[in-house]
Amino acid sequence: MPLIQEIDYGTPASASEKTVRLVIDGASVEVPEGTSIMRASMEAGIAIPKLCATDMVDAFGSCRLCLVEIEGRNGTPSSCTTPVAEGMVVHTQTGRLKDIRRGVMELYISDHPLDCLTCAANGDCELQDMAGAVGLREVRYGQDGDNHVKARQNGEANPRYLPKDESNPYFTYDPSKCIVCSRCVRACEEVQGTFALTIEGRGFDSRVSPGMHESFLASECVSCGACVQACPTATLTEKSVIEIGQPEHSVVTTCAYCGVGCSFKAEMRGQEVVRMVPWKDGKANRGHSCVKGRFAWGYATHKDRILNPMVREKITDPWREVGWDEAFAHVAKEFRRLQFQYGKGAIGGITSSRCTNEETFLVQKLVRAGFGNNNVDTCARVCHSPTGYGLGKAFGTSAGTQDFDSVEHTDVVILIGANPTDGHPVFASRLKKRLRQGAKLIVIDPRRIDLVRSAHIEASHHLPLKPGTNVAVLTALAHVIVTEDLFDEAFIRERCDWSEFEDWASFVADPANSPEATEAFTGVPASELRGAARLYARGGNGAIYYGLGVTEHSQGSTTVMAIANLAMATGNIGRPGVGVNPLRGQNNVQGACDMGSFPHELPGYRHISGSDVRDVFEKLWGVELNPEPGLRIPNMLDAAVDGSFRGIYIQGEDILQSDPDTKHVKAGLEAMECVVVHDLFLNETANCAHVFLPGSTFLEKDGTFTNAERRINRVRKVMTPKNGLSDWEVTLKLAQAMGLGWSYDHPSQIMDEIALTTPSFASVSYKLLEEKGSVQWPCNEARPEGTPVMHLDGFVRGRGKFIRTEYVATDERTGPRFPLLLTTGRILSQYNVGAQTRRTENVAWHAEDLLEIHPHDAEQRGIRDGDLVKLASRSGETALRAKITERVAPGVVYTTFHHPGTQANVITTDFTDWATNCPEYKVTAVQVSPSNGPTVWQEEYEAQAAQSRRIAAEEALEPAE
Amino acid sequence: MSPDKLIYQANQIATFFASQPEDEQVEGVADHINKFWDPRMRAKLFEITDQGTEGFKPMVVAALDRINRPVSTGVTS
Repeated sequence: MPLIQEIDYGTPASASEKTVRLVIDGASVEVPEGTSIMRASMEAGIAIPKLCATDMVDAFGSCRLCLVEIEGRNGTPSSCTTPVAEGMVVHTQTGRLKDIRRGVMELYISDHPLDCLTCAANGDCELQDMAGAVGLREVRYGQDGDNHVKARQNGEANPRYLPKDESNPYFTYDPSKCIVCSRCVRACEEVQGTFALTIEGRGFDSRVSPGMHESFLASECVSCGACVQACPTATLTEKSVIEIGQPEHSVVTTCAYCGVGCSFKAEMRGQEVVRMVPWKDGKANRGHSCVKGRFAWGYATHKDRILNPMVREKITDPWREVGWDEAFAHVAKEFRRLQFQYGKGAIGGITSSRCTNEETFLVQKLVRAGFGNNNVDTCARVCHSPTGYGLGKAFGTSAGTQDFDSVEHTDVVILIGANPTDGHPVFASRLKKRLRQGAKLIVIDPRRIDLVRSAHIEASHHLPLKPGTNVAVLTALAHVIVTEDLFDEAFIRERCDWSEFEDWASFVADPANSPEATEAFTGVPASELRGAARLYARGGNGAIYYGLGVTEHSQGSTTVMAIANLAMATGNIGRPGVGVNPLRGQNNVQGACDMGSFPHELPGYRHISGSDVRDVFEKLWGVELNPEPGLRIPNMLDAAVDGSFRGIYIQGEDILQSDPDTKHVKAGLEAMECVVVHDLFLNETANCAHVFLPGSTFLEKDGTFTNAERRINRVRKVMTPKNGLSDWEVTLKLAQAMGLGWSYDHPSQIMDEIALTTPSFASVSYKLLEEKGSVQWPCNEARPEGTPVMHLDGFVRGRGKFIRTEYVATDERTGPRFPLLLTTGRILSQYNVGAQTRRTENVAWHAEDLLEIHPHDAEQRGIRDGDLVKLASRSGETALRAKITERVAPGVVYTTFHHPGTQANVITTDFTDWATNCPEYKVTAVQVSPSNGPTVWQEEYEAQAAQSRRIAAEEALEPAE
Repeated sequence: MSPDKLIYQANQIATFFASQPEDEQVEGVADHINKFWDPRMRAKLFEITDQGTEGFKPMVVAALDRINRPVSTGVTS
């Protein structure tokens, strides 16, 4: 298993279908028109020396090393900036070129430290490689002239010298090693789209500057790592490489953070990760990354990880470490006791969207086949369950319709209730790239998110709606499209039911649904809304991307249907560049849903009441399945409080922190007799647990994740599980302890079982994934290569269904006691409940949750920036620091839920989506007031959490007082 | 689940279907509850409605005939 070396072609590929033929060093080469000579040479196996060129960014032509001679042309043009032409004859190595290149290298090296042996880039330095390639043997200019290398020269401080910037927790910037090739600056612009870097000064004074001559940490830098990847020298270097050294082998795997599902090379030395580098062939990320996937993997070896199973009788007891066998036997005994005492339905399980498809499949199988009920649910309940319901009704299947590449063909993007620059950063970079090429953007969001206006990006329309009015705004968009005759009649007649469309059209055309009528309560100016509708309907390929701002409402499912209606009415379905694209929160939310994690359906979105579907599994598993839907997470908690639900197996979720109305969740958990938490850390839920089963990280297991574009990506084991068992093995052994005769030696066998039982996965196997890298389901006999774009010729359900979407205001309303609306979200550097990212250096960017409040509301309450404030709703109250900003509108406040100390979910209520029970996280009526300390709840919770995390063995070692 | 919460959630479903074409309304409510409510929730629904349907929207009441009465909830409490 060697280090994967990706070929750098020097310039990006040309998309042209026309090819031209030329001769390079005597060899005939055929390449697409528009290809650079440099790339054409590399494709023919001739590596022209280069420094400023790399294929992740456009050609720049500054280093003067890649010069070539072309017959019939004057001079020595740079091969990176010169496109190929028919019949061209190119020479890459001549006496003249050799002299020029060597001369250029002499100049570079005369201003570069000669500490190669102790340099972190030793073995991975393009400058060193080029010195070798051009045969540099001496530097005639010496090392004593003007330079950027030496701190002191001739006994005086060297004014050109800049010390190393080590402010970023993950990489260093050493200006003394910089050759000013601009690759980092261009990577920041072209790949990441943040424009945090620039070249300051001119001529010999030129140097890379983050922001306005700031440190990296203080600048706008988002630490995506693109600049580090682009740097040809040790100027920008991962601190892990400085500490450990160069990697010796690498393995391609999939990031375990958000739903983009980026492919990475885990670059290793033995079982130690040296760095994670985005993989160019990864089809979701195309070689890009964000701060989480690239750098925030340190939690895998964090000291807080629990490595031994633990058991306790009461949740007030300290934990007692036990062996695996004792833990499994204990759980099996307890679960069987509970079922005997309270009935078969008294226990259940929660699958994890952070675990693999195979692991999720096993947990739902354990519940259905082992527990004999359907009480299984997943965290998608609290995020994208309305997507499942809404898209299922409209199109016939629950999934995004496109691949991420599709955005390259989009002309108009509608972004609703999503903040991709924080939540789905790599997709955001790809979107921003398309916007800079001229695509238009419509943002529907109560907050002025970064994409509304940032460097070289400006939304054509921002509809800053009041939280909770999504359905009214989307129906008003439909109103404009129908009444102004902007719909695509041919598409609707061909692909949908015309009479259903007519029914829907007459509903949306009602003047009550017009933008002018809805403006009063949505807060969206009618003229802006009309403009947005016209742009989406007539602006070319229109694509809708949405997030949890759509689903986490009491009308979440209705909003998803409204989105589907808009796409169908304008014919924006069934080809690249269009579609309906839910941005999934966690890495494997899509997969967890696909794998039958919902209590009402078996893998592949097939309702449990269908006897044909049950028959498939019953025959294979040798059990009779219960045809009744099981409990959803909120129902489980309600049933626990009622006394009919007594035990639960929770794999890789932290419901006490992530689910709404913390007090109710806590009451539910405390009412149970056997709570089994299977996780990396003693998370918040574990405070109420009786058994703790240590989990493994994505680096410690084999499996697959399915990202937001339905892409099944391989997760590959690069180190032995510290806790001894991969998560799928834990579930397997638990099932065996409960008397189930399961036998799996490898997750590939679980995937084979999935393929055997689930038509949309019929052709998926580890062998196919090895061959193709990844595939998008459906992948079966009809589509052996997978399906990048869905509903090409017809909808999965046959004809697309238009559904009336009447706006119903949520019952969560502001009033005199709670006059503000709280909406919640996430931030770039932290992930979900923060269990992973809080245990990395990412806390440098976000050490605590803050409450964003508009200056007007803050002033009225006498709140200054940074003040501790009390946030109260009818559910509870908490204290956190205020951040005064105009990103939120007056009347709206915003916070994140990454830190357990803040407990944002003490505030959120138990209102849920009418169809799926997805909680209404996005709308809570609150009051904000100055505070002088944490609330009583926070103090009590903190004390109880500390009490609950005691481990007996450790305590015994402490000296007696 | 408290009776109030259960009534609230049943009414939420009825509110959605109230705007749908007339022939799909009652059937829609019944079908939704059959598909997504586990037997103990449906048992609780009938426990309440057998006493009286006060607080329920008429569409929920109309749908009761088509909602499956669970034979067993699989639990005792």
